[in-house]
Parts: sequence; C-alpha cells; structure tokens
Amino acid sequence: MFLKEYISDVYNGVTSLLKGMRKTGYYFLHPKEIITEQYPDNRATLVLAERFKGEVVMPHDANNEHACTGCTACEIACPNGTIKVVTKFDITPEGKKKKAIDALVYHLELCTMCNLCVVACPSDAIKMAPTFEHSVFDRSKLTKILNKPASKIREGIE
Amino acid sequence: MYNQTEIIKDTTNLGPEGELIINMGPQHPATHGVLHLVVTLNGETIKKIEPHLGYIHRSIEKMCESLTYRQFIYVTSRMDYLSSHINNLGCALLIEKGMQIEVPERAKYIRVILSELTRIASHELWLGAMAMDLGAFTPFFYTFREREMITEIMEETCGARLTMNYIVPGGLMYDIHPDFQKKVKAFIKQFKEKVTEFEDLVTNNIIFQSRTKGIGILTAEDAISFGCTGPVARASGVSCDIRKLYPYDVYDKVEFDEVIETAGDSFARYIVRVKEMNQSIRIIEQLIDCIPEGDFVGKTKNVLKLPKGEFYTRVETARGELGVFVVSEGGANPYRIKFRSPGFSNLSALNHMAAGSKIGDLMATMGTLDLVIPDIDR
Repeated sequence: MFLKEYISDVYNGVTSLLKGMRKTGYYFLHPKEIITEQYPDNRATLVLAERFKGEVVMPHDANNEHACTGCTACEIACPNGTIKVVTKFDITPEGKKKKAIDALVYHLELCTMCNLCVVACPSDAIKMAPTFEHSVFDRSKLTKILNKPASKIREGIE
Repeated sequence: MYNQTEIIKDTTNLGPEGELIINMGPQHPATHGVLHLVVTLNGETIKKIEPHLGYIHRSIEKMCESLTYRQFIYVTSRMDYLSSHINNLGCALLIEKGMQIEVPERAKYIRVILSELTRIASHELWLGAMAMDLGAFTPFFYTFREREMITEIMEETCGARLTMNYIVPGGLMYDIHPDFQKKVKAFIKQFKEKVTEFEDLVTNNIIFQSRTKGIGILTAEDAISFGCTGPVARASGVSCDIRKLYPYDVYDKVEFDEVIETAGDSFARYIVRVKEMNQSIRIIEQLIDCIPEGDFVGKTKNVLKLPKGEFYTRVETARGELGVFVVSEGGANPYRIKFRSPGFSNLSALNHMAAGSKIGDLMATMGTLDLVIPDIDR
C-alpha cells in the first residue's frame, strides 16, 4: 500500500512538472509571443497614451498666446501647493488696468499627477502632457515657469 | 579581531528556554515592503510572531483632515496601491452618501468595470509574487503579461497605471476612452485563453500543492474574531463579500457568486483568489456591452460640505473590507477621518496561523494573506 502511494506520488509529481515545463518550453520556442519592450532602445517608437499624466504644461499657440487668466482656480484645487500663480496688472490701450499672469510657477517635485488642477481650470489653459523622463541632477531644475517669456493672453478669454 | 576557526558562543540572542529570536525584515524580499516580523523560534518551529509596524507610516488619516473633500480622494490611492481605484471609490461613495449626490448610471457602470479590472490586476500580481515566494519564478512573468493589458487600459482611460484618481464625487473625472470597450473585450478573450496556463504552472503543480495544503489553517471562528475580511475570511468559510451583502453602485444588478472555501489553509486562499478572478471576468462581461449613454459626472456644488455628523461606507477591495469613517463638523474639511484597512486585520491573524509550524511554511502562510504594507501602516 505504501509503495503504491509512493509510486503514484512520484508519477503525479513528474507529470505536473512536465506539464508546467511544456508551457515554458512553448514560449522558449515561440519568441514572437513574448511582449517585453526594450525600453531605452525603443525610445524613438515609444508612444504613450494621450491621457497619460506626466506633467502639467500650458499650451501656447503660434502667436505665443495662452488662455490663462490668472484666476488661481488651479492653485486652490491643488492638494500639495504645487502651483503658484503670480499676477500683475497690465494697462490696456484704453488706459484700464487688466489682471494677467506674471508667472505660473509649477513645482514638478511636489506634483502627484492627480489632475485636479486641469479639471478646475475654467478656460482650459493647462493640461497634462504624456512625458515621463523627469530625472535631473538638481532639484531646483524641477521648478518650472509654465508661461513662455513675453507670452500674452489670447483675445476673447475672460 | 576574532578567530575565524572559533565558534562564537554568544547567547545574547537566546531567550530563557533556548529560544532564538530572528528579525525578518524590514528589508526582506518576501515581505514585499517594509514589514518587520520578530519571529521567536524554538529550533525550526515558530513559537511567536510579532509584527512591528510604522516603517512606512505617512499619517494619511491626518493629512486628509487638512484637505478638502475633493482633494483627499487622491491620497487614498497611496494606501493600498494595488486596488487604488476601489479606495477612491469608497471615499467618493461616502461623500455622495453624505451629500445625497445623484450619480449618473453611466458613471456607475464604468466604476464597477474598472473596480473589477483593478481586482483582477491585484490578484494577478499577488499570484505571481506568491509563486515567486515559494521558489517558482516563471509564473511571475506570465501573470504580469495579463496585468500589463489591464494597466494599459487604465493608462489610456484614467491617465495613470497605478494611482488612477479617476473618481470624483458625483461620477468620473472624464469620459472613457473611445477604445475602452474594445480593449476590455480583447483582454477578456486573452484572459480566458491564458488562465489555463496558471493552472498548469501553479495550481496543479505538486510542489506548490504540498507546500500550501494544510499550512496556516484559520478556522471560521478565528477569522471572525480577528476581523479578517476578503479572500482570507472567505477561504475559512465566512461569507463577507461587501459586494453581495451591502451592494453599492450596480453590484445588485449583476450576477456573480461569492467564492467560499471551507478548508481555511493556504491552498484554499489561493483557490479563492483564482476563482474570484473568473467571477470578476463574469461581472465585466455582463456590464461591458450595456454601458448606458449619458453624463459621466453628476451636478455637484463647487465647494463640497458634508453636513454635521458621522458617516461610514464600506467597499470590497482586492484584500477585503475597506471602511471609510468621517466625522464632519459641517465645514469644507473633514474633522476626523479613519480608514479601516483590510491588511491590518488580516496581518493580526498571522501569529495565530503560523505559530507551531516550521519557519519555511511562514512564507506560504504570509504570501496568501496578500499583504500590502502601505495599507497596514497608512
């Protein structure tokens, strides 16, 4: 009785192992079914999802104009104090004072990519960009000013 | 300087009765995080296990008190990072319950589909890691292949692979990607083909079975008294699926079975999780073709303010019951917030389960608890 159990155990052990080995052997002989991507080599062809939350950017059009009114909705919505809006007063040709942004300071090192600022923005001035290679040698390089130098607010956005 | 040939007869590690105390962790590869277990051994037999916590404590509960109701949801992604979507859902459900916000049907359907996808992804990662703990390295790659499809779906629709933050009070942050349904169907097709591979590689493997069967037995009474939930309790025969008992969103409209095993050992916990993946696929199949048209987010006020009082909701994460308890004073921030995390209660049963067994069996017992350390510490 003991011998019978022992032999059946050995048989079961060998067959279950062979079954598993057949699966691994299958993939060994079919390298085309392997889906591993060789990351630094495939950089040129690497396409990330459109919505991937990599960093906050402010799109500018051809005339170097953006849509940010300086309402600080993003600053209020941010849970970590990542965004600081610095405003100034422009004087329009009619002699009126108009509020505009001086700088939209963005601390990438504090950002958790929660997307709350983008949702809060009433004029769709900021969006998330699908970039991910953010490593730098100095932490201060991660503090960015999102509006480009000498950029203006687009006409018709209040 | 010490003499290399001399045997050190240092007895400081030995307890009163010849006990040996071994520190497992906080940097042990099999604890999958910074869990520190102080294991008291008598020879090779475990006498006592004392978990030491606090290595990854970030005071998430306190942090949430300084954030508004809209903002604090994203922090909960960092608790149990493998079921972050379900954590977010629990918090959103609490705010919706407290403020009586109407959620559109479309949002409810998508929430449930994404929750189940998260559950499959979590169980697959667990399956690979568990097999790796027991010495089988290959299943890790096979499970990650299917998990990768889910993370790609998440990346496309939610914008992130792990910490999604896709749920806002009242619905979803934005609508699903146009390719969402197509990709989920492709995933279901591939999963059904490839799930047999796990059975060949792991479930039917005689080494795996003899290492997990009869190891770390937890009876139903103990599971209840330790407060275990999720697959750990269901493997002991305790019916505790929140999706069945207290259905939220559209779980009352779908048909699925609550997977219950009665053996209570490590292998039963393994079987429960594998069967749960199939049930999750069943739920997704029922919902994916009938996502209703309409808004993806309901109308909410700009500043959310919960009425004065105490609120509690629970959701079924991949590890068990997540409870969210909020005390509100009527302001824009919660006065006090408390998370009842499944990992903490499940870990408390480890001493009871592993005491008396050999130290090699500790891995098989702890692996099937599916511990995520940031969830335990918060």
